[in-house]
Amino acid sequence: MTIALLEDKDRIFTNVYGWQDWGVKGALKRGDWDGTKDIIAKGQDWIIEQVKASGLRGRGGAGFPTGLKWSFMPKEPREDRPSYLVINADESEPGSCKDREIIRHDPHKLIEGALIAGFAMRAKAAYIYIRGEFIREAETLFAAVEQAYDKGFIGKNACGSGYDFDVFVHRGAGAYICGEETALLESLEGKKGQPRLKPPFPAGAGLYGCPTTVNNVESIAVVPTILRRGAEWFAGFGRPNNVGTKLFQLSGHVNTPCVVEESMGISFRELIEKHGGGIRGGWDNLLAVIPGGSSVPLVPAAQIMDAPMDFDGLRELKSGLGTAAVIVMDKSTDIVRAISRISYFYKHESCGQCTPCREGTGWMWRVMERLRTGDADLSEIDTLLDVTTEVEGHTICALGDAAAWPIQGLIRHFRPELERRINERKGAALAVAAE
Amino acid sequence: MSHAASATPEQHHAFDGFDWTPENAKRVKVILARYPEVRKQSAVMPLLDLAQRQVGAQTKTQGWLPIPVIEFIAGLLGMPYIRVLEVATFYTMYNLAPVGRHHVQVCGTTPCMLRGSDDVMKACKDKGLAKGHTTADGLFTLTEVECMGTCANAPMVQINDDNYEDLDYASMTRILEELAAGKAPKTGPQIDRQNSAPVGEQTSLKEYMA
Amino acid sequence: MPKLTVDGIEVEVPAGATVLQACELAGKEVPRFCYHERLSIAGNCRMCLVEVKPGPPKPQASCALPAAEGQEVRTDSPLVKKAREGVMEFLLINHPLDCPICDQGGECDLQDQSVAYGRGRTRYTENKRAVTEKYMGPIIKTAMTRCIHCTRCVRFAEEVAGTDEIGALYRGENMQITSYLEAAVKSELSGNVIDLCPVGALTSKPYAFEARPWELTKTSGICVMDAVGTNIRIDARGPAVLRVLPRVNDDVNEEWASDKTRYAPLGLSKRRLDKPYVRRAGKLEAASWAEAFAAVKTGLSDLSGNQIGAVAGELLDVESMVALKDLMKSLGSDRFECRTDGMALPGGGAGAYRFNTGIAGIEDADVVLLVGANPRWDAPLVNTRLRKAVVKKGAKVFNVGPEVDLTYPVTQLGDGAVLGKLPKAAADALKSATRPAIIVGAAALTRGDAPAILAALGKIARAAKIGAEGFNVLHTAASRVGGLDIGFTHDGGIAEVLGSGLKALIVHGADEIDTNLEGVFKVYIGHHGDLGARGADVILPSASFAEKDGTYVNMEGRVQRSYRAVFAPGDAREDWAILRALSEVLGSKLPYDSFAALRARIAAEWPHLAEEGIAPASGEIDFGTGGDFDAAPIGRFIHDFYLTNAVARASEVMQDCSATLLHGAPALEAAE
Repeated sequence: MTIALLEDKDRIFTNVYGWQDWGVKGALKRGDWDGTKDIIAKGQDWIIEQVKASGLRGRGGAGFPTGLKWSFMPKEPREDRPSYLVINADESEPGSCKDREIIRHDPHKLIEGALIAGFAMRAKAAYIYIRGEFIREAETLFAAVEQAYDKGFIGKNACGSGYDFDVFVHRGAGAYICGEETALLESLEGKKGQPRLKPPFPAGAGLYGCPTTVNNVESIAVVPTILRRGAEWFAGFGRPNNVGTKLFQLSGHVNTPCVVEESMGISFRELIEKHGGGIRGGWDNLLAVIPGGSSVPLVPAAQIMDAPMDFDGLRELKSGLGTAAVIVMDKSTDIVRAISRISYFYKHESCGQCTPCREGTGWMWRVMERLRTGDADLSEIDTLLDVTTEVEGHTICALGDAAAWPIQGLIRHFRPELERRINERKGAALAVAAE
Repeated sequence: MSHAASATPEQHHAFDGFDWTPENAKRVKVILARYPEVRKQSAVMPLLDLAQRQVGAQTKTQGWLPIPVIEFIAGLLGMPYIRVLEVATFYTMYNLAPVGRHHVQVCGTTPCMLRGSDDVMKACKDKGLAKGHTTADGLFTLTEVECMGTCANAPMVQINDDNYEDLDYASMTRILEELAAGKAPKTGPQIDRQNSAPVGEQTSLKEYMA
Repeated sequence: MPKLTVDGIEVEVPAGATVLQACELAGKEVPRFCYHERLSIAGNCRMCLVEVKPGPPKPQASCALPAAEGQEVRTDSPLVKKAREGVMEFLLINHPLDCPICDQGGECDLQDQSVAYGRGRTRYTENKRAVTEKYMGPIIKTAMTRCIHCTRCVRFAEEVAGTDEIGALYRGENMQITSYLEAAVKSELSGNVIDLCPVGALTSKPYAFEARPWELTKTSGICVMDAVGTNIRIDARGPAVLRVLPRVNDDVNEEWASDKTRYAPLGLSKRRLDKPYVRRAGKLEAASWAEAFAAVKTGLSDLSGNQIGAVAGELLDVESMVALKDLMKSLGSDRFECRTDGMALPGGGAGAYRFNTGIAGIEDADVVLLVGANPRWDAPLVNTRLRKAVVKKGAKVFNVGPEVDLTYPVTQLGDGAVLGKLPKAAADALKSATRPAIIVGAAALTRGDAPAILAALGKIARAAKIGAEGFNVLHTAASRVGGLDIGFTHDGGIAEVLGSGLKALIVHGADEIDTNLEGVFKVYIGHHGDLGARGADVILPSASFAEKDGTYVNMEGRVQRSYRAVFAPGDAREDWAILRALSEVLGSKLPYDSFAALRARIAAEWPHLAEEGIAPASGEIDFGTGGDFDAAPIGRFIHDFYLTNAVARASEVMQDCSATLLHGAPALEAAE
């Protein structure tokens, strides 16, 4: 099934490039905060049902159904244990740069979404945890929240709905791991961002031990439009189980890197041709693609060219949609260095709490660096692969998996390249020895 | 936790008796109001950031967190010193030793690497900056940082509070020169481009262009 | 009570149990490093991974996973084996291969588990990480390159000791455990992190390079440093006690020991009295036992009855005190006292002087009134229980006396006189409490106005309907409750014993009071050349607690037995044997020729002392009619935690702790 390109009339984030005013005036003009009170008046159950019906899956990478997640929250929060909505704006996955655009150019979509989602899950307040390095973006977000308070959109009797709801912004300070939801909660509580053991899950005991749902910025920001235009509208894009529109982020060796909202399931080729200006040096020059941010395994050119860009389509390629951060690599790429640099990233960002990740990320990176120059034995490729399986699935959070997968992808698809480097270096060494 | 190279005892002691400026004292109230009273530890990160900025303003640099400042914040929030120090050493944006007037943070992660962060780094080095060090004139501290979430505008650098995007060797050199000359270089993309929109003809949202 | 299977074995576990506990119930060993049953669950070492169905298709950390009905747990599958091997490999890649010079060797969890679960050879060829040592004070020696980041020490300091001094700085592979700014750890419980550390990162500084565990003779003992009765293991090689470790006793010390329990015994080899001395021409001279006994006989000749007095010190076992009491009785004297500090107690049965709520029981108290007590120093392991009551169960604590940092929130009420009219908040809290407790300490009971304080406490207890089960005396002397049980007391107390008409005094290990009295013939029986031996006319060298079998009764009234770990040095002899021999010289031979016979004699009169455990006590307490409050503020009973007795004062480690931790002296670092 071919997926049609998205038309502008179906784009949710119409100010993604910041051509217009990000502020409340511009937002109202774009249709935000329109009839929010009426949406709230339809009640919590209706909202959750609609979001479920829309087929929206979490946009932060894991793809968990958003409406279902909200339904885990208590129906009658206790006075001493209020429920919280926490919005994950700790966008730090290499390749990902979509939440930044929402926050700095369309913040009111996020704030309105926070109110509606917060109401639906009976939360008392939302905390938006924005990564520390988004300094100007946070300034915009703080200002937008203030505008929303000034307009009465949030706070006491939000939008005249009779519902009291606060939105707070919390800045991080430089730690990728805080994008993991329980590490984010720890960080928000004023501690090191070290992931918690699960269970208990945040819906049971999250922020301050209270029921909490953590959602990605994009997941929340699309909700008001979905509710205004209808669940069927949103569900009409893409393939079953992989529906809706999605912000794709094209980086690396495309002619025109960009962030763009497209239909889920669009083919890689169309996405790149239409918005990325094609592959640098043409399609024959394509080497490999990391289709969902640094944690997903790379896919070689031949396999991805016509693949549908959605959860299931990329899983079939043993990769994933992740955050739809598409990192394109042409044939000039030192593919081993590209992956090794990702390994360095995970070593740098490991929180250090649990053994396999703390010790394994450094080990894997060091071997990767030697494989980059070929300063290794052929047997070390398999040893490295085995080490990745000792990290994968053995850690508290998914950072261990994320560190293992890119290397597994590299070895799966580029083992000959790794062997070539080792053999060439060995040959060179032998040649020197023979002299 | 950047700049693990430790500061001297004298550098720390220079901040004995640290207290907020009147303007920051007001900001502290605003920050504390975001969290439940019994959960005021939540404010530790924003307060460390604010304190680092105040130290920066006092020293005309990007600031750092001397021990007396860490203890001051611990006292304010009723936290044990060690817990605040843990936080200060965990997150990369807290400087544990003085940095220069401009903190040049070059992203070196794969998406930037693919689009030429090596050239950006080289431009810095050719201007006398060295990773993990502050230039002798105190003007620049160079750090290689991990992905800054600006990948569609790679390569990029964050200097102090601003991003400079779509860089190459020449534009990076120019930015450093302008900063050294006390000017304020244009922030954002350094090529003809609207934020993260594709260069050239727009592929979407044309009718929304201002 | 969920039922589940572990490797096919069906087990039923209590609700709330973890999968790891279920595995243990099924008799399956699950390796672990970070998990410790008395600390919060961290789940960070990943060594305890097991396979659990239903669940995700990856191994689960059993320490953190709740056991649930119908689970199928496997600890023996290939998946689990690989997971364990993997974790073990990661733990070892950056762990130095310095076992031959590591003090943990032979009792190292990492060593043991790598034998059981490791692969036997390494695949890691990169450079190993090196981490700088951290100064943590006189007790903890660090070798942080060995650290496996299990965070047991961090959790202990935060949760049990209540002193947030240790943390993990930085992150990822750069994570480092350290005390704040590498200062000495000030907790009086710091030595426990040495036991908790599963590797050789934190080891015992005083014990460094002293011995291997298999060279040591291990003997069960009871600590005499306070009245808790901490269960200890005395590790000795040859004649020397090299270290003291806690034994597990959930009713007493759980598995903790204070730093004094651990390191004061190093003073057992210092300043010892190892031969008898006799004062000749004003000067003490070494003598034989026969000469010493003869000198005593001469000194006591022509004296009778209450012209002869005796005081029993803080570290004595019941047997020694009974023998001394029997000797005094046979000499016709009832002038003897064990309350050397002059402590006043309510009248009544044993319940009037015990810690009736119990050390474990105090955890369940919901409102506590402290009067002249500093549990953190008087009895650190009672303080950890109080901390649990407050922090984990929300108890409220009110304090009368000087303000002290007990590591948990305390409402300060004021000084002694405030007991006359308790502030409403405190009075109401006590009244509405379901398990209230009053804890009165030596600082209050050794004051002149102790009768007023006791009478006021009586009123408070009556008003709040607090019975004996809520009344607690926080003793500090290990010998005290035993001494009271056997009636080693004098109606007029210590003042009268040492008062007019005294011609001769037997000072048995009493070093905390001045017993040098003008014109009084003084015999000192004891093991250290401390205050008590000063001015003695005859010194009879005796055995310390580690050098004899003995019975001790802790503050709760718990009877516990301690065993001889080493022999007393030189000519020193066990106390009862000295008294028995002396009695013969004095012509009033005690009727027991063996230690067993002495014990039988004790059992006959005080059957409860023949059985370990707590015997029921009369709940009758007579708080007396009172008196006037003294305006002077209540002080501290213990002024230097580390130097409370002759053994501790002889310990260089305790001296160092006192100097650096309490008096701010610069750290003494051995020039290495």
